[in-house]
Amino acid sequence: MNDKTPVAAIDGWYTLDTEAPALLGSRCDKCGTYFFPKQFTYCRNPHCDSTDFTEVQLSRRGTLWSYTNACYQPPEPFVAPDPFEPYAIAAVHLEEEQMVILGQVADALTVEDLKVGMPMELVLDVLHPDPEGDKLTWKWRPAGAAA
Amino acid sequence: MSQNEIAIIGAGMTQWGKWGKNFAEYGVAAAREALADAGVPWQDVRFVSGGATVRCGYPGYVAGATIAQALGWQGAEVNTSYAACASGSQALAAARTKILAGHCDVALVVGADTTPKGFLAPAKGYRPEDPDWVRFYLGITNPTYFALYARRRMDLYGDTPEDFAAVKVKNAAIGSQNPRARYTKTFSAEDVANSAMVADPLRLMDICATSDGGAALIVSSVDYAKRIGKGDAPRVAAISTVTPSFASGTVEMPDIATDSAAAAGVEAINYRSQIPLKAYEEAGLGPEDIDLAEVYDLSTALELDWIEDLKLCERGEAARLLRAGDTAVGGRIPVNASGGLACFGEAVPAQAIAQVCELTWQLRGEAGPRQVEGARVGITANQGLFGHGSSVIVKR
Repeated sequence: MNDKTPVAAIDGWYTLDTEAPALLGSRCDKCGTYFFPKQFTYCRNPHCDSTDFTEVQLSRRGTLWSYTNACYQPPEPFVAPDPFEPYAIAAVHLEEEQMVILGQVADALTVEDLKVGMPMELVLDVLHPDPEGDKLTWKWRPAGAAA
Repeated sequence: MSQNEIAIIGAGMTQWGKWGKNFAEYGVAAAREALADAGVPWQDVRFVSGGATVRCGYPGYVAGATIAQALGWQGAEVNTSYAACASGSQALAAARTKILAGHCDVALVVGADTTPKGFLAPAKGYRPEDPDWVRFYLGITNPTYFALYARRRMDLYGDTPEDFAAVKVKNAAIGSQNPRARYTKTFSAEDVANSAMVADPLRLMDICATSDGGAALIVSSVDYAKRIGKGDAPRVAAISTVTPSFASGTVEMPDIATDSAAAAGVEAINYRSQIPLKAYEEAGLGPEDIDLAEVYDLSTALELDWIEDLKLCERGEAARLLRAGDTAVGGRIPVNASGGLACFGEAVPAQAIAQVCELTWQLRGEAGPRQVEGARVGITANQGLFGHGSSVIVKR
């Protein structure tokens, strides 16, 4: 932690709205297919040849499709605390977008706190500290859980 | 269908392990064994088809040419296929096309790999356009995906960690009888339960390692096989290397998200199920004809998924087969009679070829203590990165 302003770990992938952050995806202007990460050059729907897309904020809430955790430290580019702390990982299904998006689980929650089908919401959290400002990423947590 | 078949007249495979030698060494050893098995001189091979790997951004080995050079240049045509875990099957498919088109009589199909220790890691730098870089940065490794699928099985079908452990126990028991396997120790359910948790619900012993190894096949036209007295050799009856269909509802390695099905709807048949479907159609055979299957058990739970994807039972029923002993050698439909990836570890460009080697030996009745009695038809299945997967049907 430091006093510099936190910055996005991956530029342009999510808003930095601390109250109600959202992932930034794109939507095909012709067929309505969503993309995350953003896609602006070709539509991957085989029935659509559109080249026009609009950036959109994706739904902040979804349901838990599946979950697991990481008990071992991943290799670089992951930046691990010392000592390494295991974390939970969620795969969350978004109703409007009809897609599943992965992410770490916030608030040091464990797999014991999770159940397939439970409502989840998106939050911003520190992925790792950095001398130029903490690097922020999206994480999931059970909807309505205390911060 | 027989006009579309080629014969497998030779098979060869090194033992799998972790020695860090040059991959060509393993490839040459496997190729020489396959040539000797076929009784075909190296000079008669007119097409060399290699499976390659491109691991997490570091350049792949030009496998076909490197191994052909190591065996001694003799003017054959050469091909290298990269298709992640399906590389070996695509190399086999290239050889089949050459043979069926009448461009050559005999081909060598070979794959070999040498692997780094631990997690397969991506290239360094800030590279958000690379999905492999993104997921590792965010802390999502290969076992994450296997664990998400395993958790779904528990949630949807009531599978338990004990079922997953039973897959390991089964595969270790039969793999201990395989001299080419890397791991030949037998394990109990308790051993699995006592191994470290990697990605809940999967433990260390539920997840396959990465290995060094080489596998090779000598394939030929059916006429050539007959001419050299091998008319009854096992035949390649089908090779499927189809892509997934949009929109896939399953999050696949290395992606951070699935397709969006908002416009197209979720695909009618999931990708893993789609791969063998085309193989069955091409072979004119069905799941009821299958005597044994070699499937990609990257995790214990994934073996159960494959059993259902191959339609060897109804969706959600694989654990019931396992518990009844149906998928063990001696059971109704043995799965991974070789010991599977659980006993071999994954040597990516060799693995799909190794699966076909096992079927070849099984169909020739040469699998010794692992023999599936009366095996006439076998199927392989695998799936890897970037929409690559394959299924091969071998029959006799």
